[in-house]
Amino acid sequence: MSTQSYRQITHNGLWKNNPALVQLLGLCPLLAVTASVVNAMGLAAATLFVLVTSNLCVSLIRNVVTESIRLPAFVLIIAAAVTGTELLMQAYAYELYQILGIFLPLITTNCVILGRADAFAAKNPVAPALADGFMMGMGFGLVLVVLGAIRELLGTGAVLANMDLLFGPMAANWTIVLADDYPGLLLAILPPGAFIITGLLIAAKNVIDTRIEDARRAETTVEVGSKRVRVTGEIA
Amino acid sequence: MSLMHISSPHVHKPVTSVEQVMKQVLLATLPGVAVLTWFFGPGTLVNIIFGSMLAMGFEAWALWLRGKDVKSPLKDHSVIVTATLLCIALPPYAPWWLIVVGIGVSVLLGKHVFGGLGYNPFNPAMVGYVVLLVSFPLQMSSWTEPRGIGEVPGLLDALTALFAPASYDGVTAATPLDLFRQNAGMLFDDLMTSKAELAGPIAGIGWDLVNLAFLAGGIWLLRQRIFTWHAPVGMLGALTLCALLGFDEGSSTGGGSVTFHLFSGATMFGAFFIITDPVSSAVSNRGRLIFGAGVGVLVYLIRVNGNYPDAVAFGVLLLNFAAPFIDQYTQPQVYGTKKIEVDE
Repeated sequence: MSTQSYRQITHNGLWKNNPALVQLLGLCPLLAVTASVVNAMGLAAATLFVLVTSNLCVSLIRNVVTESIRLPAFVLIIAAAVTGTELLMQAYAYELYQILGIFLPLITTNCVILGRADAFAAKNPVAPALADGFMMGMGFGLVLVVLGAIRELLGTGAVLANMDLLFGPMAANWTIVLADDYPGLLLAILPPGAFIITGLLIAAKNVIDTRIEDARRAETTVEVGSKRVRVTGEIA
Repeated sequence: MSLMHISSPHVHKPVTSVEQVMKQVLLATLPGVAVLTWFFGPGTLVNIIFGSMLAMGFEAWALWLRGKDVKSPLKDHSVIVTATLLCIALPPYAPWWLIVVGIGVSVLLGKHVFGGLGYNPFNPAMVGYVVLLVSFPLQMSSWTEPRGIGEVPGLLDALTALFAPASYDGVTAATPLDLFRQNAGMLFDDLMTSKAELAGPIAGIGWDLVNLAFLAGGIWLLRQRIFTWHAPVGMLGALTLCALLGFDEGSSTGGGSVTFHLFSGATMFGAFFIITDPVSSAVSNRGRLIFGAGVGVLVYLIRVNGNYPDAVAFGVLLLNFAAPFIDQYTQPQVYGTKKIEVDE
């Protein structure tokens, strides 16, 4: 594990081992709060912060904590980070804090965070652990925001509504209305819509992966006998 | 005398291909559609034609996306049956986008996502219907007044409503099931006599005959052996039993009498055209009986206690979930074998 380069860590977090689309972890907040972009961004930022902090602390104490009590120790660290995040949001984004409600404290039980703490941070030095926490958080957050955007667009016909909850008064008119008398696909806002759209996102990721794989295979196919003939220069 | 020797099985009219079955189902919907058209105008008919064309398009698109043969699955008419069933369930004079969303969801998310015809765990038409019902409650509850109470819109009205919904000025009215929902405090007999919509010979005006027509179509399908009697009898039996238990002959809290329940809303249409879907229902005969009874109980419970006036679609989808479970416990015993006691 410790041999992973930063490039690999990035690729893993954002795409190959994406917490939301591949590991399917943290689905509860993923499905519950992504009804709009602003909610998704709020939760994404909070999760990212907690993930980085917990990975950092877990990596720092990895040689001190014994195997048998590591999980309680990790959970305590995560809970502390979550409490800090909650207080921060209460201070700087109170309305968003109220909207996210129970899903902020529930970040403690988000499997992504404990998963990364145990699978990566506990076995790696501080710098890679930080990078992993950041990239996993970004991967999770990106999916949250994309899902939030799709659901908000399908459900209300507009995106980026109420962004002032997160970015202050200057973001109050960021709303982009794409259709004026849009009847609103209520299902997209409701939980079943979240499940359906998540499923479609996973399918889309698999399609892209298959295409990339096919393209790579097509490129590397070597014509019969071509290697023998080509004796000078580089083989493409 | 005869030199021809025909060995068994001596089946006279083998209805084996998907295409033949689907054609017969379409034929059997005709009486119901005719009565609907008589009472509510050409809206349903226009919906069915528009929906079927859309469904063919979506089906072809989905097959092309999946890299399958486009032509032969289109010929089996199964997608037209899906579209027809969905459009019968939709209110007439629905706007075009409602039908586009409904058919799109039915064909793409209800059917092809799971692998196409024969692989869908849920009834595709009901998936589309429930998505619409949950998403667009206003448009989905806009039924018009039946003939005899209000004016029935013409073909031009139907086309305007479909393609230019903004400029269509229609009259919507409560269906008999809506009336029961809205007047739960009234006495049953008062309610039945005070509302003109409820003064039909059996149940609500128009609706009782619509249900009778679907019943007739269903019985014809039963005689053609397209499906067995188990699921419809299970559903109608359970609904009858529930209505008998719930109706106190006086108040309207139980949602009305047994005949009212049997001949209102989508009861007969659901019992003979929706829950008899061979793919998404239970497999064995005993299983189908249980499947139908489950739908019947849910229809009653949601009609009386739920937020929606009718519940065939919800009942069917919930029982679709339960179908594999029902199958597991109703597996018929192979002839000549003994039941094996499994130690848990």
